Amino acid sequence: MTTPDTVTYRLRRYDPASGQPPAWEDITIPVTPGMTVLDGLKVIKETASPTLAWRSSCRMGVCGSCGMFINGRPQLACNTQIKELGTPVVTVAPLPNFRIIRDLVPDLRPMFDAHAALMPHIIRDDMTEVFEPTGEFLQTPEELEHFLQFTYCIKCGCCMSACPTMATDPAYSGPMPLAQAHRYNADSRDGGFGSRRRVLATEKGPWKCHYAGECSQVCPKGVDPARAIQLMKRQLVFDYLKLFKHPCPSKVAPKPTEIKRREGVPEAPAPTL
Amino acid sequence: MIDNQGHPNRLGVWGWLGGGKWGAERYLYTLHRLTGLGLLLYFLLHIFVTSARALGPEAWKASMGRVTGPIFTVGEFLVFAAFAFHAANGIRLVLIELGWAIGKPIEPVYPYRTSVHEQRPLAIGVMVVAGLVALAGGLDFFILH
Amino acid sequence: MRDQRLWTWHLAAGAIILVLLGLHMIIMHLDVLVGIFNPGSPHPTDWVNVVARAKAGFFTFSYIVLLGAALFHGLYGFRNILFELGPGAELKKALNVVLTLGGLGLFAFGTWAAWAAGALARTL
Repeated sequence: MTTPDTVTYRLRRYDPASGQPPAWEDITIPVTPGMTVLDGLKVIKETASPTLAWRSSCRMGVCGSCGMFINGRPQLACNTQIKELGTPVVTVAPLPNFRIIRDLVPDLRPMFDAHAALMPHIIRDDMTEVFEPTGEFLQTPEELEHFLQFTYCIKCGCCMSACPTMATDPAYSGPMPLAQAHRYNADSRDGGFGSRRRVLATEKGPWKCHYAGECSQVCPKGVDPARAIQLMKRQLVFDYLKLFKHPCPSKVAPKPTEIKRREGVPEAPAPTL
Repeated sequence: MIDNQGHPNRLGVWGWLGGGKWGAERYLYTLHRLTGLGLLLYFLLHIFVTSARALGPEAWKASMGRVTGPIFTVGEFLVFAAFAFHAANGIRLVLIELGWAIGKPIEPVYPYRTSVHEQRPLAIGVMVVAGLVALAGGLDFFILH
Repeated sequence: MRDQRLWTWHLAAGAIILVLLGLHMIIMHLDVLVGIFNPGSPHPTDWVNVVARAKAGFFTFSYIVLLGAALFHGLYGFRNILFELGPGAELKKALNVVLTLGGLGLFAFGTWAAWAAGALARTL
């Protein structure tokens, strides 16, 4: 019988109750092809260190919970194959540029606060239409292309860890909030550019981004926040130079007026809500 | 509930320098900062050194005399090279940050072709231009003089 | 509101510097390869050449424009670096004052030097 392959996890441990600063701990586990870093963490918790804490949920790269600093690169633990990393030692640390709550769990609240401050939702004059819709908003496939890429964000925080400005500046909004602000500015259904501009024109805007491009390099969903931020800078500069044509928000699709029920098709039951 | 303030975990200035094995554009950003600081420092001194021309030929010759010598020649060439890089990369940054060189938003299909890939030919071109200008300067500084 | 405006001017200043400083570098450091605006002698920093340029209104004007653009561009970039290190609000206000006053002071000094050199050159 051949000896199983092993890999050594170098984990960044931190227990606030102990009063000790964060420290590394090495744990060796057997590894099989196809095992992800997240699978390895579960093996460690079951067999070696039951106190290890981390966040995970879907284990398939759609929830954004398991962002970690793996071998010096922010990535999702569930999306990272141990064998593909190719090193005998796999360093797993919590996402940098966030305070550590415990072990591999970062405090993501500053990211969500910055996100909320940039009003990441549809803003229109007719907000009653948004909350009690009478019909759909008209939007062409071309208009959808302007912002669709940026809607794939799963708020995992990997971009925030890769950004050099986030490394030193606590006042910077960060790639995720700024890219999401542009996702709404570029959405033809939204009329909130004026409101968001009030925040974006200040130091909370994209002005401390210098296109290092790291956010786009590490994004696990291909959202390309760097592209969103530069497109937003373009809009803001043209707006300052009075060259930006604010498009009108999409209209509501008109109700069809000529509807004849086909023969033999029964009426729908009454709504229950 | 989180009942402690959490342990600080920012990368700090190490995060400016790379922090890990990431993309080349990260290092262009760092070099742009370094050359900018170097050029600023030189420029602030340059204002004072060249202001001597307002005081006549003797003052001018004295001021120029203070900045001649092999160390100053090499130093001035480094300033020239820094300018070549900073200007070429600056052109690239203007094209990127005003949205021309980064391509349109796309439907992300793995492997993702991000704006970083779109601008890479521009980045390479810009580095070649900077290198050629620095080379021309080096020729002028060290060989032809 | 200010950051949106300051950053736009930062780019504009950069474009101005590209042209004017590029010209300055060609005159000063590519003089053997290209050789322009050095009418008096082969060395760009010889007094005859300095006087010739100081007499020309184009150079006085463009030196002052370059001085202003470069001071704004450089000090705004420096301010960016300092602010990204995360200073407190009071320190940020102080830095704004120091950098603005320092920049204006240097601009005044440099403009005086350009104007005075022009006046001196016209007497020679």
